Amino acid sequence: MLRTLTLTLSMALAAAMVPALPALAQDGPLKIEITDGVTEPMAIAIPAFHGDAAVAQQIRDVVAADLTGTGLFREIGAQVAGAGSFGEAIAYEDWRAVSAQALVSAEVTQAGDAISVKFRLYDVYAGQAQGDGMQFDARASDWRRAAHKIADQIYARLTGEQPYFDSRVAFVQETGPKDARIKRIGVMDYDGQNILWMTDSSSLVLAPQFSRDGRRLVYTSFDSGFPQIRVMEVATVTSRALTQDGNSMAFSPRFSPDGRWIAYSREQGGNTDIWLMDAASGAQRPLVQSPAIDTAPSFSPDGQRIVFESDRSGSPQLYIVGVNGGEPTRISFGEGRYGSPAWSPKGDLIAFAKQVGERFHIATMRTDGSAEKTLTESFLDESPTWAPNGRVVMFTRVAPGGNGQPRLHSVDITGRNMRPLSLDFAASDPSWGPLMP
Amino acid sequence: MIVWKKPVAAALLLTLAACAQPAPPVTQAAVVDPYAAAGGGALYQGDLAGGTLGAEATAQYFNDTVGNTVLFAANQTALTAEARGILARQAQWLNTHTNFNAVVQGHAEETGTREYNLALGARRASAVQEYLIAQGVGTDRIRTLSFGKERPRAVCSDEGCYAQNRRVVTVVSATGAGS
Repeated sequence: MLRTLTLTLSMALAAAMVPALPALAQDGPLKIEITDGVTEPMAIAIPAFHGDAAVAQQIRDVVAADLTGTGLFREIGAQVAGAGSFGEAIAYEDWRAVSAQALVSAEVTQAGDAISVKFRLYDVYAGQAQGDGMQFDARASDWRRAAHKIADQIYARLTGEQPYFDSRVAFVQETGPKDARIKRIGVMDYDGQNILWMTDSSSLVLAPQFSRDGRRLVYTSFDSGFPQIRVMEVATVTSRALTQDGNSMAFSPRFSPDGRWIAYSREQGGNTDIWLMDAASGAQRPLVQSPAIDTAPSFSPDGQRIVFESDRSGSPQLYIVGVNGGEPTRISFGEGRYGSPAWSPKGDLIAFAKQVGERFHIATMRTDGSAEKTLTESFLDESPTWAPNGRVVMFTRVAPGGNGQPRLHSVDITGRNMRPLSLDFAASDPSWGPLMP
Repeated sequence: MIVWKKPVAAALLLTLAACAQPAPPVTQAAVVDPYAAAGGGALYQGDLAGGTLGAEATAQYFNDTVGNTVLFAANQTALTAEARGILARQAQWLNTHTNFNAVVQGHAEETGTREYNLALGARRASAVQEYLIAQGVGTDRIRTLSFGKERPRAVCSDEGCYAQNRRVVTVVSATGAGS
């Protein structure tokens, strides 16, 4: 079952406790600018959370891991005496002395199966709170989500970007030898925790893709012996076939942003085209038809256009077509072979995999094909997927050789902060779901 | 236990020594397989049944003797001369053994994206299917599918393995009851 989390926002905490200080120290709120240049991480202090709840320390650690994991923040380990309780006056001078720029103060209380986490964010140099205090109420078992919610608030306030920590990722676990790989679909928190299994190991499954609301997955399954598309209700872990034409392979499905349509690859007589399916009725119509391979469709966030991969020019390149059809426009013109495009949820960029010689890259370009930017390089990088805020790309990195395993990695769109996801098994084909409510 | 009486044994030895003769010549004779062909190396093919040699009418024979796999050049779907030779034998076998159907499975090497390789494997499988049909194999006896890069035959990450993985495997199975 999909767990629900009650998160109540307590603005009442805020007003009474923050004295109206004149804006002396700086012109605007504390903010870290994310640019392509080298960014010095912001120094943030996250001292031990108040309250006697056993999970207080764990929640603090997750908040710290979320923030430092972005590469945009550096945790100040130094402690400052004082702060004996949540809401006590902040010793700004002392925090300045240890070079903290931002300070998080929080308290965790627990009553039976319910936890309550309140926090405040302070701009140390301005000597004032940044934004309102907030309180999140959650079931004790959802303590990680409460931590991600707090980290999301801090991230959004300090970067000006939309947050993404309280989100989930669908993926394919890979076990067994390379020539007989066993694959199954799982869903996990963005940081690799709280794994829920969606399929068993009985049939080959590929490339799950979340619907925008995070309730459904579409994926390719060989359970009939032939590649066909299935849809999975995540909450109930029940799936059904969307295609079952024995003379036609169907694969590489993706939802439209409104969840009404599924774009996918349909193969007939060896030729692969792009089709659209009404997710409710199952009615299908062709969208892109050519003698070339047309595959890997991904919708623009407004649902009006689709970027896809085609080898109609002789090698795989990226094209954009309107959802009502028409002649596709080629957007990739650089060196190499382009594939697996994914349209950013912000709409501004397209991430893709690119092969140049014997090396693979994850890269981005604007939707008109300009400003191509290479983010990674390895033996084999593929299947990029966007964080819900369009700032981070997760992808599959495959190590070479007979024992080479796929691992999930993420990278900031500046190309910095490349890091493997902390998972104790091999995995591929990530699909980053939405920010959860 | 038998105990020889000494006098008798001694008498016997004397007799043998007195009558020593040359040993008779040894006659050599090969044990022949009456079913083997004159050229040697042929295998017992089983009894003739319904005009078909039994062992030939097996997936094992198809895989090992006819050849179930054809290879492709990198990113290519065109059949090589060698592939056409193997497929001609496959077609001949399928045309003889009409109680077998075929699933033609396309594969690609690990470089390239998952989706593209699924489509590429489908193209290769289709090229094989078309060739077999052109050689007279019934359209309804052949299905195709692609595994893309999901089922490599060789697992190393260099051309030696990639060349083996860019392949189409024809998998035959007998149809109908009792087969």
